[in-house]
Amino acid sequence: MEPSTQVSMKNRTGLQMSPVQSKEMLETVEGIEGLPNPPEGTGTAMAEMRLEYINEADPLGTVPAPASAKGMVKTGAKMLTGNRPQVFMDKLAERCAFERGGTRLYDGLLTKFRARHDGGTAKPRKGNATEAISQTRLVEIRDQEMQHFQLLADCIEQMGGDPTAQTPSADTVGVQTMGLIQTISDPRTTLTQSLHAALAAELIDVAGWELLAELADGMGQKEMAKRFREALQHENEHLRSIRSWYESSVLQESGSAARAKA
Amino acid sequence: MTLAIFEEKGTPLENQGFTWRELVQKPISKLDDDAFTRVRVILMNGIENEALRFGHLISRFNGSLRVPLAQVRRVEQHQATMVNWLLGADHSPLETTIAYEQVAIEVTAAVARREPDEYLAQIYRFGLLEDFDHMHRYSALLDRLEGKDANNILQSYTDILPGRPTMVEHRAPEDDLRRPFDRATADPLSKLHALTITSAEYQTHDYYMNIGPLFADPLARQLYAEIASIEEQHVTQYESLLDPSQTALEQWLLHEANEAYCYYGCVQQESNPRIRAIWERMLDYELGHFQTVLGLFKDIERRDPQEVLSERLPDPFPFESNREFVRNVLANEVDLRADGTEIVPLDKESPASIAYRRRMNAEGSPSEIVAADYHWRPGTELSKKVVNL
Repeated sequence: MEPSTQVSMKNRTGLQMSPVQSKEMLETVEGIEGLPNPPEGTGTAMAEMRLEYINEADPLGTVPAPASAKGMVKTGAKMLTGNRPQVFMDKLAERCAFERGGTRLYDGLLTKFRARHDGGTAKPRKGNATEAISQTRLVEIRDQEMQHFQLLADCIEQMGGDPTAQTPSADTVGVQTMGLIQTISDPRTTLTQSLHAALAAELIDVAGWELLAELADGMGQKEMAKRFREALQHENEHLRSIRSWYESSVLQESGSAARAKA
Repeated sequence: MTLAIFEEKGTPLENQGFTWRELVQKPISKLDDDAFTRVRVILMNGIENEALRFGHLISRFNGSLRVPLAQVRRVEQHQATMVNWLLGADHSPLETTIAYEQVAIEVTAAVARREPDEYLAQIYRFGLLEDFDHMHRYSALLDRLEGKDANNILQSYTDILPGRPTMVEHRAPEDDLRRPFDRATADPLSKLHALTITSAEYQTHDYYMNIGPLFADPLARQLYAEIASIEEQHVTQYESLLDPSQTALEQWLLHEANEAYCYYGCVQQESNPRIRAIWERMLDYELGHFQTVLGLFKDIERRDPQEVLSERLPDPFPFESNREFVRNVLANEVDLRADGTEIVPLDKESPASIAYRRRMNAEGSPSEIVAADYHWRPGTELSKKVVNL
């Protein structure tokens, strides 16, 4: 695999690459006689203007009301015991959206992996840590993400909810994960850089499942909580795999092979 | 109720103005507002952008109109801003794309159903099936790249099915030009329809050209490149319906009338009271613009404006699902092709278009790749079963 980090004189960013122009740029920091100065102000105006919008904002949307209680009756689901079951429903939908998006994220990661290992122009180098990354394991993680999505869709249905609806928290994870999708789907990013995006997803995922299991307990949904803790266990394993691949890859590339092996 | 375009005075141009705070209001809700509120927002942004574009174009050819054009354009700029900024940032660019295609399908279908001229109606049906196919391709991309269900944007108003395959929509330029309506004999509704659809397609083209490079995914970049090219063909097609012998002022007058006509439909049908108040204000502004241009038309052309438009504008087109109409067109007209200005059966297609398409698709077709074996399912294709309703 091509290392993520190569040194060259091609990077044109930063002051040091153009000493003559940069010296002239720096003259503006102190101000230039005869030219306008930046406007006066304390810098709090920005926050004040944003506060005005925050105070007046409508929410992103609402959680859809269950079509009827027939789903709950039909499946024999235990009645919810929490005060505000819509919070639970919103969080179920959030994880559902995240796991579905996560499946697609791993589709992208698998393609990136294949590019590096069976057909890409950048062949793996001997002894490179990314050789330790297993396609079988990546496929397994991807499939578990999909199973988690399907588990959550079933749970939402059991609660009388609509697994196809987008709730406010589901909407926000869509916004949050756009950067991860962009990172992994970019043909220019390396497998290591893509793993960093997957690591962010897995860290969020672990925290999300922990909270969801706790919420299920609080709602009196013991069976669901048990299944969520099984999913959490998978996610912890995903996190361990991704983290170890990512760290090994970076450490190996940096020359800290001893720690990578450990 | 129809709009008495010559009688209604609206807000005089000199009284029209905004603050930045007014321009940037809180957006509509992606989740809670009706999909047709978003359709109206997108359509009216397209209508406003057409007003700006047209105003700039005729300004290049007409020195004496430059001042009033600049004055009206400044307001149109701010109207476009106020309207377009109603879209919330929780729409990904691809989700907004789905909404753009919903506009293209539902508004074109509504126009096709009401168009009194059979040739023009056929052109709208022809273009409709192409935008319908774009919806299918983009829905596949949304599902397979972002893991999202396009139906959360469409709210079940619009089907997600293949139409005329995008890969066969690529035609030689001369096969995208159509016969224009005749300014002297055309029904005013035909004139308004042609302007509305040209405006909507133009902004769709510009939107895809702007957001295509924002995607990292090479398949998404190719798909936007491919469909943006079709949108350029569509602009060529619909724009060619406008009679080129109309004078600049006549066209300007029609643009203002069309803006008022479309806003009037928005006012009548809007379900969100806050947004309806915006449409009402915009309608009053457009009526003011119409009066300004009407004055210029009378002073400069010294013609009766009712040669151009009837006393009352037609009924606004409905913002509603056209599912059955679209399915019917799909079943009967998907195999139609073009030869010059005519819509022809499959085997009569122009050889120039076939040759052009062969070249464009020689290294593969992004629209085919993205939607290979794609069947829309509720909750994305990763859903293991169809939900119980």
